[in-house]
Parts: sequence; C-alpha cells; structure tokens
Amino acid sequence: MQYFVQQMVNGLTLGSIYGLIAIGYTMVYGIIGMINFAHGDIFMLGAFVALIVFLILTSIFVSVNVVLFLLVMMVVAMLMTSLYNWTIEKVAYRPLRGSFRLAPLITAIGMSIALSNFVQVTQGPRNKPIPPMVSTVYNVGGISISLKQIIIVVVTVALLALFWYLVNKTSLGRAQRACEQDRKMAALLGIDVDRTISITFIMGAALAAVAGTLFLMYYGVVAFSDGFVPGVKAFTAAVLGGIGSLPGAMLGGLMIGFIESMWSAYFSIDYKDVAAFSILAIVLIFLPSGILGRPEVEKV
Amino acid sequence: MANIAQAVREETATPFQRGIKEALYAGAISFGLFFLFIGLRTDQNIRNELILVPRWGLLAIVVALVMAGRFLYVAYGQPFMARQNIVDAASGLLPDSVATRFFRLPYFIAALAIVAVLLVLAGSLDGIFGPHLAGYMRFLRALAIIYALASVLFYFRAFIQQHFSALGIGVLAVYPVIVVLGLTLYTGSLAGGFQGSLKWVDNFGIQILIYVMLAWGLNIVVGLAGLLDLGYVAFYAVGAYAYALLATHLGWSFWILLPVAGCMAAFWGVMLGFPVLRLRGDYLAIVTLAFGEIIRLVLINWREVTNGAAGISGIPKVSFFGLMSFNVSDPNYIAKVLGIAQSGAYYKIFLYYLILALALLTAFVTIRLRRMPVGRAWEALREDEIACRSLGINTTTTKLTAFATGAMFGGFAGSFFAARQGFVSPESFVFLESAIILAIVVLGGMGSLVGIAVAAAVMIGGTEILRELEFLKVVFGPDFTPELYRMLLFGMAMVIVMLWKPRGFVGSREPTAFLHERKAVSSSFTKEGHG
Repeated sequence: MQYFVQQMVNGLTLGSIYGLIAIGYTMVYGIIGMINFAHGDIFMLGAFVALIVFLILTSIFVSVNVVLFLLVMMVVAMLMTSLYNWTIEKVAYRPLRGSFRLAPLITAIGMSIALSNFVQVTQGPRNKPIPPMVSTVYNVGGISISLKQIIIVVVTVALLALFWYLVNKTSLGRAQRACEQDRKMAALLGIDVDRTISITFIMGAALAAVAGTLFLMYYGVVAFSDGFVPGVKAFTAAVLGGIGSLPGAMLGGLMIGFIESMWSAYFSIDYKDVAAFSILAIVLIFLPSGILGRPEVEKV
Repeated sequence: MANIAQAVREETATPFQRGIKEALYAGAISFGLFFLFIGLRTDQNIRNELILVPRWGLLAIVVALVMAGRFLYVAYGQPFMARQNIVDAASGLLPDSVATRFFRLPYFIAALAIVAVLLVLAGSLDGIFGPHLAGYMRFLRALAIIYALASVLFYFRAFIQQHFSALGIGVLAVYPVIVVLGLTLYTGSLAGGFQGSLKWVDNFGIQILIYVMLAWGLNIVVGLAGLLDLGYVAFYAVGAYAYALLATHLGWSFWILLPVAGCMAAFWGVMLGFPVLRLRGDYLAIVTLAFGEIIRLVLINWREVTNGAAGISGIPKVSFFGLMSFNVSDPNYIAKVLGIAQSGAYYKIFLYYLILALALLTAFVTIRLRRMPVGRAWEALREDEIACRSLGINTTTTKLTAFATGAMFGGFAGSFFAARQGFVSPESFVFLESAIILAIVVLGGMGSLVGIAVAAAVMIGGTEILRELEFLKVVFGPDFTPELYRMLLFGMAMVIVMLWKPRGFVGSREPTAFLHERKAVSSSFTKEGHG
C-alpha cells in the first residue's frame, strides 16, 4: 500500500509537468485547430532559460535562496519563451492561417527541428547538469515526499487556479472562447482575433516555461533534445483528455503520469512509454474524441 | 482615431523610413531572442561545473545582420518586387521577366570563362592565391557552375517542362555512368573514377532515391487517401528489421526477403489501420505517431531478438540475382567473374540501379492504382468521406488498402536500407525521419509524384551538400563545422519553403477522371482529407 501511494505521489509530480505542457497544446489546438509541434521545444527552451538564469544568479549571489531563485527563473523563462512563441506564431503560422491544414503542421515541425538544433548549435550538445537546488525530503507515514514534489504540485495548482480564472472570468478568456467557437463571427463582433491568438500562444508558452523550470529543478539536468519526448507525451495527454478541453489536458497529463510511474513500478521500466502510448490508442478506440472532448458532429 | 492616424503615417512613410522602423523592431526582438542563447554559452570547466562564457561580439553581429536583412527587405526588396509586378504586367513577360534579365548570354559566357579558367588552374589555386583566397575562388567556381547549369536549364525550360518525367528518368538512369566517366577524365584513371564516384553515387544518388521512394510510398497514404500518418518510419523499420533478422539468422537471399519484408510491413500497416479506422484528422496523426514510437521502443527494448540499441550488424549484401556476388571473398565475386579490377564502387552502382528500379516501381504502381477503382476510392475518400459512404464505397477496406500499400513500399525501402548499410539500429527510425518524409510529401505538393521527387532532391541533396562545404572553414575559421548547422538549416528551409509555396512545388495536378478533355486543376481545389 505504501509503495502504491509512493508511486501515486511520483505520478502526480510527473503528471503535473505533463499537464502544464499539455495545456499549451490544447489551447492552441482549440483556437486555431493546429498541432503546435514546436511546443515541446518551447518547453525545452524554457528549461534552458531557467538554467542560464540559474547560472547568472549563482555567479551574482553567494548563497542559494531557493524561493527567490525559482521565482526569478520562472519569470525570466516565461518572458523569454513567450517572446519565442509569439515570434514563431507571427513568422511561421500566421501567414499560413488561411492556407490548407497541413501547411502550418509542416512549418511547426520545421520550427521544432530548427529550435532544438539552434540550442544545440549555440549551447552545445551535452547534458547540462546543475547542483541540486532543493534536497529536503519529508517522511509521512513511510512515504517519502520531497520538497521538490511539493513545490511542483503547489505551483501547478496555483497556476491552474489563475488560469481557470483567466479563461472563465475575464474578457480575455471570453474572447478566446469566442474565437474558439467561430473566428469570423468573433471578428465581426469586434474582437481582435490576431491579438487573441497571439495571447493564446504567449499563455501556452508561459505555462511550458514554468513546466521547463520545474523539470530542471526536479531532474537537475537538461539537454537540447529534451523537448521531444515530454512534448509528445504532453500532446498524447492533450489528446487523451480530449483536445481543446483545458480540464481534459490536465486530466490527461495526470493519467499519463500515473500510467508511467505505475508501469515502471510494477512491470518494467523499459516499456513505460509503450504502455502510455498503447493506453492512448485503446482509449481512442472506445472514445474517439478523448475523455472530456466534445464529440465532433459532422455537418454536411 | 489613433489607428487611422497611424495608418495615414504608414501610407506617407517612404520605404526608407519604414525600413528603419522595421529594422529597429527586428533588432529589438532578435536581441531579446538571442540575448541568453547566443550572448551566453554554458560550458563545463575543469571541475565539471557549468560556467557561462559571454559572447557579446557574436550577439552584436547576429543582431546587426538581422537588422540589416530586415532593413534591406523592407526598404528595397518589397518596393522592388512591387515595381517588378507592374513591369511584368505591362510587358506581358509575366512569370519569366526577372529570370530573362538574370540569365543573359554575356553573363553565361562570362560564367563559362570563369569556370574554364578556374578548372584549368584547379591544382595550382593554392599556389597562386594562397590558401585563404583559394577557398573563395573554389566558391566562386561552384557558383559559376551552378549559374551556367541554371542558364542552360532556363533556356530549355519549355522543352524540359514538357518532357520532365522522361528526361528525369533518363538523367537518373545514366547518372552513375556520367559520374564515373567525368571523374575518370578528372583523375586520369578508371580506378580513380570508380573510387571517386562512391561519394556521389552513394551519398547523393542512393540517399536521395531512398527518400524519393519513401515519400512516394507515404504519398499513397497522405496524398491520395488523405490519412495523416506521422509514424510512417515504423514500416520502414519493420522492413529493415525483417530483412536484417531473417537474412542473418536464416541466411535467405535479398530477393526472397524483399517481398517478405514488404508483406510484413503491409501486415503491420493493416494492424495499425484497424484500430485507427474510426479516428479522424489529428487523432489519427497522434495515434500513428504513437505507433511509430511503440515500434521503435520495442526495437530498443526487445534485446533478445533485436539486440537493442546496439542494433544488428553484418547484414548480408545483395547479390546480382545469385549469379554474381559483391563479397570479395566469394568465388563468384563480380570482379573475378568479369575479370576486372576490384572496387567497392560496383556494389554502390548496383544498389543505385536497384533503388532506382524500386522507386520507379512505386511510381508505376501509384500511377496505375490511381486509375483503378481502389485509387479513385482513395481520392474520393480524401475529398469527402461522407459522400463516399453514401455512394456505397466501403471506407474500411479503402483505408486499410491505403495503409497496407503505403506500408508495403515502406517495407521494401526498409529492406533495401538494411542491405545497403549492412547495419540497422533503432537510431535510424526516429520520429524525425517520419517528419522529414511527410515534409517532402507536403513540400512536393501532395499527390504529385514529380513534385515529391523534386522536393526530396532539394531537401536531402541540400543537406548532403552542406557536408561538402569545406570552403566555409576558410571564411569562419578552422573550428567551423558545417555539419552542425545541417539540421538547423533543414528546419528553417522547411519553414521558408512552406511560407513561399504553401501548396508545394507543383501547384497543379491532373485529374484522374475527367469529362471530354484533360485540364490541370489547381491543387488548392483539392482537399487534404480529414483522416
């Protein structure tokens, strides 16, 4: 039982990170109906910015102040990745918005290749380790919970609350939901569609940056190629939860996290990704539009 | 009001003023983007700790380049293109007017002269100009050769356009012969010619043709049936491992295993097809991607059979239909049978013709299938699935046949790949490969065989050429490795080509069914399907 709860905690941590990335996928998909393949690399960029900021901070301050460091890392990473995602949307996706459906997908894949190789060229191909920032571990009834895990879950919950408020209660969120339903109608009613889409990309990138910072803090290492696997899994999570649905993305993320940690705990660690992908395929066969997705009604 | 005032200011600003403004914007944004990544570099010091190495000079250069580029584009590029449009409309030379001014006879003769002089001096370039300038001279020579070839192509453009397929196949058929003959003349001996041809036939010819074949195979699934498949590389892997395992364990010949590998890949295509029949669009894309990853992960982890990440080596070579072998130790080694000098180039040239034949088979089957009921059903499915169903087309079998046929050609290409490399490992079957193949299909203009072949040649050939750019070392210093920038440039090229031609290189296609007369249809009228 203890072992099981322990795995639940690990799965929750992992799932929080996936969920944060998945929200970026699902929001972009909801509003313009494209798979933003470069999102995984945006996440990796976020982790790299956090790494560089951490190195700058350690060279300025002698002692490590965890709260201050994490906050500065997160804020700078959010700003930088937002700038990247905003630029990418403007350069690579916006000109193709009226074009056929595969065109932005191909530019997104191209951007993903270009981003990871840009980081490889400018920062080198090696793994970049940092000294552990937080190493406190609490023991609650035989289950070890590290402070890192608590930070990850708390930050995720706080962000989700903020996000829920933004999407459901503000005029910006209303504009986003309106664009999601009918872009042309929204434009006719005076909503600046381009601006709303840009903000959506910025929000997605900011969440990915937070996920990247948490990833760096949790694992203590990042490499230029680290965007792909979490990106694919987060996208899987978004599809699993029903693409376009925000609670679905979080739910999917948590599911993928649980499946992974449970599978590695009870079966073999080698096949944990196979398990995650197989469960995706099985769920989609029975629920073709994901768990919380609206069934697509076809109109002729 | 503010908007109107701004719009008026935009109207009255000269291109120069706008260029300055845009350049400042671009400079600010690129400074923001590159500040941390180019300005600082994370490096490991002796104690294995990460340290930051500032590179402010490089950052300044990059930002300045971005600003200059943006300024030139807005201040001179855009007005030039606008003027050009007016000139074109007035002169009636619409599509060719820039090119006719660019390709002129005097320029052509000058380019030929430069090429001739620099080729004659080839050996003594270093002596005359010194190593530094000689690098630039070789670059100039390459540019002149490209210009001369382009002018010839431009001059015969009407003829080439008319007979593109026939000419293309002809050129491909004699390509190795030309390479060997040319290099024989250049080096002065036949052995030298064969030795030098290895690189050109293998790295360029075979490599590009493999991608052409894969892209043509994927084209059946994506371009004809409109099913977005992001895991095509899985079938490539199935074919490669089928050949590698059966040939090393059972010792069967390539010619038996080629159809076997194709059948196994087709079987897996159907296996993948069944569960995803009900899925549409992006759900289909993610499940196919997941399928590709599953196959790769199984190949990595099923160590007893696949030898894991280390891969399988010592895969037997293809024989010349059992009559002659390409292993030096065999009694029927080709050089012994024919009584010629030993060379590794024979095998490469044979493989070149083999993959050419396989690729042409793919094209032939695709063309024939498009005229058959099943091919028309694929295209109908791409355009409108509901209409298809209401007309009594069985969408299940239609989708499954598309998956199976596409997968089969992937399997053929895979077993060829295994035979060519002599070694397979899961490294070769990552998602990036699927993405590259899909990009080639889309860039080529979905469904157009010629366009896809051109796209494959441009994208794969282009990245291969980057390996050859030794002269860049002269420009950027000896530490500069152009290979590092290969995938970066590949990704950027994907974006740029897509922005420039969203419908791919071939913007029109021929309908398979038509009333009275055959008319090319703009590909913007064809849909890409929803899965």
